[in-house]
Amino acid sequence: MSMLRVENLNMSFGGVHAVENMSFSVIPGTIHSIIGPNGAGKTTLFNLITGVYSPSSGRVFFNDRDITNIPTFELAKYGISRTFQNLQIFFNMSAVENVMVGNHLKTDSRFLPALFGLSSIKRGERECRERAEQIMCDVGLEKFIGSDADSMPYGALKWLEIARALASEPAVLLLDEPAAGLNPSETSEIDDLIKRVAEKGITVILVEHDMKLVMGVSDHILVLDSGRKLAEGTAEEIRKNPDVIEAYLGHRRRAR
Amino acid sequence: MNALSKPETGGILSLALVIAILPAFLPNSFYFDVVILVGINAIVCVGLNLLIGYTGQISLGHAGFFGLGAYFSGILVSIHGWPPLVALIAGAVFVGVLAYILARPVMKLRGHYLAMGTLGMGIVISIVLNQEGDLTGGPDGMPVDAFSVFGWEPGNELTWYWMVGGLLLIAVWLALNLINSPVGRALRAVHGSEVAASVAGVDVARYKSLVFVVSAVFASVAGSLFAHYSGFLTPSEADFFHSIELVTMVVLGGMASVFGAVVGAAVLTLLPQLLTVFHDYEMLVFGAAMMITMIFMRRGLVPTLQSAFNRWRK
Repeated sequence: MSMLRVENLNMSFGGVHAVENMSFSVIPGTIHSIIGPNGAGKTTLFNLITGVYSPSSGRVFFNDRDITNIPTFELAKYGISRTFQNLQIFFNMSAVENVMVGNHLKTDSRFLPALFGLSSIKRGERECRERAEQIMCDVGLEKFIGSDADSMPYGALKWLEIARALASEPAVLLLDEPAAGLNPSETSEIDDLIKRVAEKGITVILVEHDMKLVMGVSDHILVLDSGRKLAEGTAEEIRKNPDVIEAYLGHRRRAR
Repeated sequence: MNALSKPETGGILSLALVIAILPAFLPNSFYFDVVILVGINAIVCVGLNLLIGYTGQISLGHAGFFGLGAYFSGILVSIHGWPPLVALIAGAVFVGVLAYILARPVMKLRGHYLAMGTLGMGIVISIVLNQEGDLTGGPDGMPVDAFSVFGWEPGNELTWYWMVGGLLLIAVWLALNLINSPVGRALRAVHGSEVAASVAGVDVARYKSLVFVVSAVFASVAGSLFAHYSGFLTPSEADFFHSIELVTMVVLGGMASVFGAVVGAAVLTLLPQLLTVFHDYEMLVFGAAMMITMIFMRRGLVPTLQSAFNRWRK
């Protein structure tokens, strides 16, 4: 039983095949990592799954429903959420409001009640804010609850993106390089956070360069190179896979 | 939190207070005239700020909607004898529908392209008002009958003052409600990052259309008021320069600040009147004042002063 299934996915930008004939599936409740050198097509794959790009060919299924050409905002209703490699924070808002946006689909966003400031809207806003503050506490951002997003340090913004994604109560969370730019102690906190998210039953798909992090948390690893699938398996299998070693470290020198 | 301690409520009360006591300081009808124009411009700017300041989408054609509202009232009331209030509402509905039809293609554009798209839209409206001489009187303009509701007419400047002041308060109240709701948060999210907003489930295209329509309706209502108040319309109400003036008011007063829009409208309507003492150098001083404000108060008057005040209080 797979939660997310990708079948023969292709994406080319002009002559560049960013993703080529990609197929894999993700089992619910697991941590599924996607690794590979820069330019391997990891972020493109994320953008295809989350509807930011439309694939040249191939299909994406979520719980056996075809979600290939469904626009991004509709995918949120299915329970698909993500973070971004290059931060996409709402810098024109406070930290809490960033997280509240994550909860958009569960708030009352009808126009006329909002325009006339009905008390039900105000009540809903209070609840939404409380939930957002709770989520910020859960991920360890409690000291930024009163902050504006543009006054927060880089590391905290990475957490804020995850908090915003969690606010939508997703079934699957795609994390695009959550540890990039973080120091070792922050990276180990991300490690804990990913495990805690998975324990809640949220399926995690992780793109990451930090091998220690990936090998430590992943149930399953997919290795990409130049848009193609190079290998797939558990951390142990990947570590021993000769193709992977070659892609990362080059040819082993022959004994003379 | 106590309702009164919220900055929005305090802001609305302060604005109401200013509107209430201002007549005591206005010596003659010339001053009332200027202040009424401030109010009408402020209503347009409060709406336009939802689009520009909060949602981050520029429009260089909003005077077109102002002009359409104005001419809709002018033509329906003065030529067809409709009751002014009905004409005002009909104009707002017409402009709202037109803005909705235009929004889908126009709001797909971004940045400079959106500026060009809305610029073109405003120019087309302006040309139509100029050319349809049989309806609009063409470049010579047209007279508009006085406003009336069920036989009541706001005869003198003071009644107009209360009417425009009241409508401005309503406009500010509606805008604040919208901004402090999930809808307003979605609009601001579109400004912050479209892709992140859509990942959160915000239908970006829908919200852009929505705010475009809302801002156009604000402009249309203000246009209708202006038509009746001034009693005479020319196509210059809808022209490019008026659009630029409106955008300047929003930027100068403070983007993403409802009260900034009001202050911007007030400053830019009053300043030319005050600067008449400079005679030939009026426009020079006007331009310099704008440049200095934008260099030293880049976020606009109200947000800059607000954060300075908050720092000082700490």
